[in-house]
Amino acid sequence: MAVEIEVKQFTAKEYASDQDVRWCPGCGDYSILSQVKKVLADLKIAKQNLVFVSGIGCSSRFPYYIDSYGVHSIHGRAPAIATGIKIARPDLDVWLVTGDGDGLSIGGNHLLHAIRRNVDINILLFNNRIYGLTKGQYSPTSELGKKTKSSPGGSVDFPLQPLSVAIGAEATFVARAHDVNIKHLGSMLHRAAAHMGTSFVEIYQNCNIFNDKAFAYATGKETRDDTSIVLEHGRPLIFGKNRDKGIRLNGLAPEIVELGNGIKEDDLLFHDEKAPQPTLAYMLSRMYHPQFPEPIGVFRAIEKPTYEGLLHEQIKHTIETKGVGSLDTLLNSGDTWVVN
Amino acid sequence: MTVSSVQSSEKPVEHIDSITVRFAGDSGDGMQLAGTQLTNTSAIFGNDISTLPDFPAEIRAPAGSLAGVSGFQIHFSEQRIHTPGDGCDALVAMNPAALKTNVQDLAIGGALIVNDDAFNKSNLAKAGYDENPLENESLSKYRLFRVKIDTLTTEAAKDTGLGNKAILRTKNFFALGLTYWMYGRPLESTFEWIEKKFSKVPAVAEANTKALKAGYYYGETTESFAVRYQINRASIPAGKYRKITGNEAVAIGLAAAAKLADKPLNYCTYPITPATDILHELARYQNYNITTFQAEDEIAAMCAAIGASFAGTLAATGTSGPGLCLKAEALGLAVMTELPVVVVNVQRGGPSTGLPTKTEQADLLQALYGRNGECPVAILAPATPSDCFDMTLEAFRIAMRYMTPVILLSDGYLANGAEPWQIPTVENLPDLHKSHPAANGNAFEPYARDERLARPWAVPGTKGLQHRVGGLEKANVTGNVSYDPHNHEAMIKLRADKIAGIASDIPPLKVEGAEDGELLVLGWGSTYGAIVSAVENARKNGKSVACAHLRYLNPFPANLEQVLKAHKKILIPEMNMGQLLLKIRGDFLIPAIGYSKVQGKPFRISEIEEKIDEVLKG
Ligand code: SF4
Repeated sequence: MAVEIEVKQFTAKEYASDQDVRWCPGCGDYSILSQVKKVLADLKIAKQNLVFVSGIGCSSRFPYYIDSYGVHSIHGRAPAIATGIKIARPDLDVWLVTGDGDGLSIGGNHLLHAIRRNVDINILLFNNRIYGLTKGQYSPTSELGKKTKSSPGGSVDFPLQPLSVAIGAEATFVARAHDVNIKHLGSMLHRAAAHMGTSFVEIYQNCNIFNDKAFAYATGKETRDDTSIVLEHGRPLIFGKNRDKGIRLNGLAPEIVELGNGIKEDDLLFHDEKAPQPTLAYMLSRMYHPQFPEPIGVFRAIEKPTYEGLLHEQIKHTIETKGVGSLDTLLNSGDTWVVN
Repeated sequence: MTVSSVQSSEKPVEHIDSITVRFAGDSGDGMQLAGTQLTNTSAIFGNDISTLPDFPAEIRAPAGSLAGVSGFQIHFSEQRIHTPGDGCDALVAMNPAALKTNVQDLAIGGALIVNDDAFNKSNLAKAGYDENPLENESLSKYRLFRVKIDTLTTEAAKDTGLGNKAILRTKNFFALGLTYWMYGRPLESTFEWIEKKFSKVPAVAEANTKALKAGYYYGETTESFAVRYQINRASIPAGKYRKITGNEAVAIGLAAAAKLADKPLNYCTYPITPATDILHELARYQNYNITTFQAEDEIAAMCAAIGASFAGTLAATGTSGPGLCLKAEALGLAVMTELPVVVVNVQRGGPSTGLPTKTEQADLLQALYGRNGECPVAILAPATPSDCFDMTLEAFRIAMRYMTPVILLSDGYLANGAEPWQIPTVENLPDLHKSHPAANGNAFEPYARDERLARPWAVPGTKGLQHRVGGLEKANVTGNVSYDPHNHEAMIKLRADKIAGIASDIPPLKVEGAEDGELLVLGWGSTYGAIVSAVENARKNGKSVACAHLRYLNPFPANLEQVLKAHKKILIPEMNMGQLLLKIRGDFLIPAIGYSKVQGKPFRISEIEEKIDEVLKG
């Protein structure tokens, strides 16, 4: 990301637009919004170079609340619009806000391809495992058997894992954070902003109206240390209130072990976010509650050229070798003849 | 032997003013190439030309099958012509299937050149012939020339060192050479083309050259060809020309628009027949600061174009019917966000997948109304292949001046048909520069209006003009989300008025022929050539007929009503079930008469002439 730095430093508050925020009181979106503003302020990003793009859904209201350029587009299509913006103007700093319905259901195709192309955008997927704006239907991340208005007998739709999808689509940056763990969330947003290429951050977001406490296991003070595991590059996978449990590799599968009794830290799986193969990141993305603690942090962060980078390099090269095309040459190309 | 000596002839020469030749063969027989060469040669020679390729839907249908026949028709003349001809005066059929699918279009007494070698049992069976039509009386109304094209080509190129299969690939040049002799065409430009094209494979170049010459001499030396024909140069306005297809003209128009606006162009698209050639063409123009984005689907293509437009560059997308369906929702977003985007729809036979390689004009109502809500866009329709250039520039002019998406309705016939194009000079092209606002200290109003009701195009990166656009209803001036019922109605009217206002900014509808005659033939799009020719013929026969061609379909030219009401009867020929007809009847409450043709084929001149007679009598 090579964006202009604002000389005048804005405070996080000053990144707010003049619009009233209209999410339900208590919604997890509020804390994400305030962390994003804080990161923008920390990075001193010039407002005029910022573009927020979204689709449809509660999370997609996001662009209205930031004093930047913004497109609140149509359902699921934000990745395509963001790609168009980035192709046209690689100098802009483009953020995309989506949800589990917008990004993984109606817009799954576009999300997949934006990630595959490694367009330099920051994708924040607010996962609340429900359709909020349409008042509570199960989503592609809702658990099997979920009872909602559209599934009174329990959903028979198998859910998918957003991070597994992103990794399968060759994502170069993949992370997970919780809406309430704001310090960690802030650091993930920092990392995402700094990454060159598509950054995909899944944020567990509580919808207190239609799916309250969906992530209580992962965010509750009492349980979180045993149900979450914080990934750190180059460090062993240790968790638990007393940091006495870890993840060890048994063949190709992870297993939970207790430290002690001959099991040392060195026996544990060490995290490597830079691994060229996505195998480890993928395996981590398959660790679910309650069988496993769910990882948060950066799963994968590798370097790869961006789509728009390669494209504009190619254009530059073509101009260098062929010269800037003139209109006259264009019109007069092909077989021509003169009539007297 | 030198080229010039090749062209002298012993045989009598008959003068004719125009001729239509059709090449037909297997899709692997190189018929498109032969047709293109005859076209280029005739254009350079100075004839007026018009061509029509006819592709099979499958790329490689089984050899010898009816489904695999590929054709190319070229009409060249010493008069001004407007169509590739109703039928053909000469047909080259490379196999029985090609004969079967094309012979009904050959004029009685027309020259029928067949590749005798291909009329074997298996090919006859594949084409569904019980007996060899060359052996019975079925072709007696034509002048049949049985030529052993395979044998003669093989013989001609036997010393090139190529294998038999490779040699046989040059048989299209043998057939081409024969037509060159028949119609007195110079060989030079084709020799040059061969040299250039096959410079890396001299043996192939040699074989093609030999096949071309062998075909030419065959006409000269064999007794079966008794006369050759002379078609003089046409008297066309002086200037520099090139041959152009509709798709090429759109591509060059898009690239030229970028230059004239001094902005990069982003062409975001998804491959679809028959629009894909626009992508191919533009992909070669990277040094014109053009990016082509091959999106994951039609929806993404439209959305990426909207993104590129929001970001301040020229944005366009190209598609065909089914793709326009997919783009509909995003087109609505472009209407709501009031961003300039040009959508090129190269119409093809529908519904659904329909007839991908055939032409039709059945997307007019989709273009006008195929979106949710009251969602007007400007719609333009070029009349000829070269008009695609002018109308593409016009599409961008309107898109930027009025901050609106514009649909350009081309079709398969325009896209692949070719005609000579007088190359414009750069100074005569419109200025497409568009200014963007800068902050002036006041709060920015993204939905404020200028005198044309257009909103400002504020570009990201401009300090102080940060604003949000989106699909939710906007309050006028501020652009904030608004659920106010009166604002919604006002905005609907405003968006409609903005598009309607374009009428004062476009040329009036021109009437060719009597301004207030008995009958006006009203058309739009690619039917221009057939209509204008039919009306010319009818007028030569003393009939009171005029024609007018709509290049602007939304809004209509301001004088349309006046033109319509000045004529007693209105006839509207369309390659659909009467879509313009419905609109004209609805808008002007006049009993216009429709004339539909939906066969995937353009109108013949004669069909329209007959209809004119019928309407005048009725
Ligand atoms: S419905 Fe749920 S997700 Fe939507 S704003 Fe309310 S709490 Fe937030």
